[in-house]
Amino acid sequence: MELIIFYLAAVVAVGGGLMMIMQRNPVASVLYLIVTLVAIAVMFVQLNAVFVGALLIIVYAGAILVLFLFVIMLLNLRGEKFAEKRTRLDRPTRIILAVAFILELLAMFKQVAFPGRMDELMVQASPDFGGARPVAELLYTKYLFPFELTSILLLVAIVGAVVMARRDEKDKKRGI
Amino acid sequence: MSEYLAVLVFLGVGIGMVLFTFFLARLIRPAHPYKAKNQSYESAEKPIGDAWVQFNNRFYIFALMFVVFDVEAVFLFPWAVAFGQLGLYALIEMVIFIAVLLFGLLYAWKKGVLKWV
Amino acid sequence: MTATEFAIISSIKVVVVVLAVLTGCAYATWLERKLVGHFQHRIGPNLAGPFGLLQPIADAIKLIFKEDIVPDNAERVTYALAPILMFIPAMLNFAVVPFGDTVTLFGHKIDMVVSDLNIGILFVFAVTSLGVYGIVLAGWSSGSKYSLLGGIRSSAQMISYEVAYGLSIMGVLVIAQTFSLNELVAQQASVWHWFIFRQPVGFVIYVICAIAETNRSPFDLPEAESELVAGYHTEYSSMRFAMFYIGEYANMISVSCVATTLFLGGWQGPFLPPVVWFVIKVIFFMSVYIWIRATLPRLRYDQLMYLGWKVLFPLALLNVMVTSLIVLL
Repeated sequence: MELIIFYLAAVVAVGGGLMMIMQRNPVASVLYLIVTLVAIAVMFVQLNAVFVGALLIIVYAGAILVLFLFVIMLLNLRGEKFAEKRTRLDRPTRIILAVAFILELLAMFKQVAFPGRMDELMVQASPDFGGARPVAELLYTKYLFPFELTSILLLVAIVGAVVMARRDEKDKKRGI
Repeated sequence: MSEYLAVLVFLGVGIGMVLFTFFLARLIRPAHPYKAKNQSYESAEKPIGDAWVQFNNRFYIFALMFVVFDVEAVFLFPWAVAFGQLGLYALIEMVIFIAVLLFGLLYAWKKGVLKWV
Repeated sequence: MTATEFAIISSIKVVVVVLAVLTGCAYATWLERKLVGHFQHRIGPNLAGPFGLLQPIADAIKLIFKEDIVPDNAERVTYALAPILMFIPAMLNFAVVPFGDTVTLFGHKIDMVVSDLNIGILFVFAVTSLGVYGIVLAGWSSGSKYSLLGGIRSSAQMISYEVAYGLSIMGVLVIAQTFSLNELVAQQASVWHWFIFRQPVGFVIYVICAIAETNRSPFDLPEAESELVAGYHTEYSSMRFAMFYIGEYANMISVSCVATTLFLGGWQGPFLPPVVWFVIKVIFFMSVYIWIRATLPRLRYDQLMYLGWKVLFPLALLNVMVTSLIVLL
């Protein structure tokens, strides 16, 4: 049963990801991304990392993608208007990126695919690893400094938003 | 884990229910579309211009603020349930964390970004 | 419990809960029309059945026989998807709400909850955060100016209050040290342990944010009929419209259920069976909802944003900090 759900979630996640990049309509892309995220959340739950799963939904599906949608609507990107503009550098860039990505994947496979290598790499996690309490116990003790740094990061985000909003206003006043 | 399975069952039943009602409604409802009926509603006038109007980019700023503070709220959740074990130390940490973000809120406030125009 | 037994029992529970919620939604509309009627010195629905009790059924039949109009301007797929995206998250919340104590039926121990997740509250929060999509997409895909403006307004309002909504329950979590709704109920065994008395500020913030999250009056700007016709569902008709309507009421009921569970002791109460207590508390909360609607005028949009970001959000944070300090001492 667990295996069935895992494969189902995996197929949905990969399929959603593929559909996301193959869509022309940006809103549909966002919807497929939500599907992918939910499927990944299901996988996290299967790994007993329930808190991480919930987090994925709350932050990514519930907040960041809403922001994406807002941007898409603000820029008024509708299907047909989103037609791509090709430049001469497009094709070589794409090929280089694709090759680099495939090489990366191969390197990763090489890491894990050798017999016995996988067992070496795997670490036995405690059964409730990824639950809220274990996360808290690590985050607020061992990883305290990164945690506090996050607040600075978020602060930068706020300041950035404020600056952008202000600039828009100035533009409006000048009549641009 | 079985508890989560029940949620999946719930989701399935919910979606099934919606599809069933839509199917049922499709069977029995009339369908007589014509051009005027399928126009967008605009107080019984012919619609003027594109429906996808430009809107205030203030909405975008609020969405961005929301993302930032939603992340903050998410950090508070595990902190809240583990607070009993972590104690005073955790409270001080969290006060620092929140103080930094509140500073951001105050900054946005003072710069007038949170004001709706 | 064997796997088959579990499957059968949970399936039955799911179906019962879904049907109960749908009936609840139908009669919530009746309750609202009846109460608002009396608030305004009218009678409200009274022709279909005794006290108009058959009115919701008549409404449902009417809606299912209505023609489904899809505007030529609409983005068809998203347009069709939006009502479902509104309805499903609204329903999903009920999967974790405990309706009563464990009962023994035919020799089986049955928990009166579909699934007692150990991250119950987080689940509720996650599902609520997905509720925005139905509204945004409905507004965007309808191809109507009113819909778009209503959808944008509504979503901006929902996300603005979502943060304070999440923070308002944080005080309870700090005291209770658990996410599980069943455990939260268990901790409120006596009336004096109800979290409403230990977290009065949190409760008030929760109620205000909950009303704003569900787009209800006085925060019903997205549907302000004097300016935006019907907001994001202007173009919807027939069963699709009904989905939005049910979704809205299901959201109200789910918010009431969560408030009951978190602050009003859940299904706990003397003499009467737990389920009855639970229903009484939920109906009470719904009545407050309707009462507020009948009493307060609509806010202006800038007032709404002011309240959300500059009053409720800092207040909720302060509440969490003060609560944790008290817990510590």
